[in-house]
Amino acid sequence: MRFWWWIPLALFALFLGVAAYQLTQPKDEFVPSTMVGQPLPDFDLRAAHPDRPGLTTADFRDGRPRLLNIWASWCLPCIAEAPHLETLRREGVDIVGIAIRDRPEDVARFLATHGNPYSRIGADDLSEVQLGIGSSGVPETFVIDGQGIIRHQHIGDVRAEHVAVLLEKLQEAAE
Amino acid sequence: MTQLRHPGKSRDCFHYRLAKQRQIPAFVGMTIILLALCSPVAAQQSLPPAPYAYKQLEDPRQEAEAQTLMETLRCLKCQSQSIADSDAPMAGDMRHQVRSRIAAGEEPEAIRAWLVARYGDYVSYAPAVSETTWPLFAIPVLLLLGAIAVIWRRVGRRS
Repeated sequence: MRFWWWIPLALFALFLGVAAYQLTQPKDEFVPSTMVGQPLPDFDLRAAHPDRPGLTTADFRDGRPRLLNIWASWCLPCIAEAPHLETLRREGVDIVGIAIRDRPEDVARFLATHGNPYSRIGADDLSEVQLGIGSSGVPETFVIDGQGIIRHQHIGDVRAEHVAVLLEKLQEAAE
Repeated sequence: MTQLRHPGKSRDCFHYRLAKQRQIPAFVGMTIILLALCSPVAAQQSLPPAPYAYKQLEDPRQEAEAQTLMETLRCLKCQSQSIADSDAPMAGDMRHQVRSRIAAGEEPEAIRAWLVARYGDYVSYAPAVSETTWPLFAIPVLLLLGAIAVIWRRVGRRS
């Protein structure tokens, strides 16, 4: 009978242990999109930069997979990923951009300083397309197949080690 | 780099907490330092907010519907706040979506479903019974039944 009396205390210790363990774990703040596998929403964005055309959903339906990069000139990690996007472009990848809440002069300054890997850049002033594809911040990079279906989401800046992963996902999207 | 991903975050959350706690004088110096550190945010804010980010709907009944919904949608940048609470630009854009969709006659629950289809249950503060959340609803019921059984036995034994 006495043995049973210890059960509440043991349960309490178990809860304490679980709570203590969870507190030591790093918090995962990424919110993955549940749109992977779904088609892109319909949109028609004006050009964010005079040198590049704007972006519409129809641009993705040419049978060729490409990267859709969600970025902004005010975003610091976007500077860090710029050289890796350039590497991808030199590998022959078509990269289209969507600039979130950005002004043409700021976009122009960013591209002049950090390079322009984009073939098209649309301006999303109300974050409408961003919300439409389930992106929760900048930068994020999506692999879109030749039918305009979202195949993969990369959250955060693209680093050197992600280049091979994205090339592989593009390859998968082409099959 | 995780904390750098959303440059607006620290400042937006910090501001809000200050207003709530009414400890403004003690933190004025810190705020100034933080604002100085967050200079890229200034560029982000220079684009005017979405039309319905801070403007209420004309129809008070529609605005009330929008407000109720916005209080139960999570701000994706300041993740402990609702979009009604947050000054993050993205929360403003989400409020614009909610208000303009309600003005167009969309049902609040349809708007919630639209967001959940994009961000998962995480975006909604309204608890829903699902494959992963059912224990949260089942365990209290089981505990209550267990407690009733124990009390029943004790009371029964004494009488």
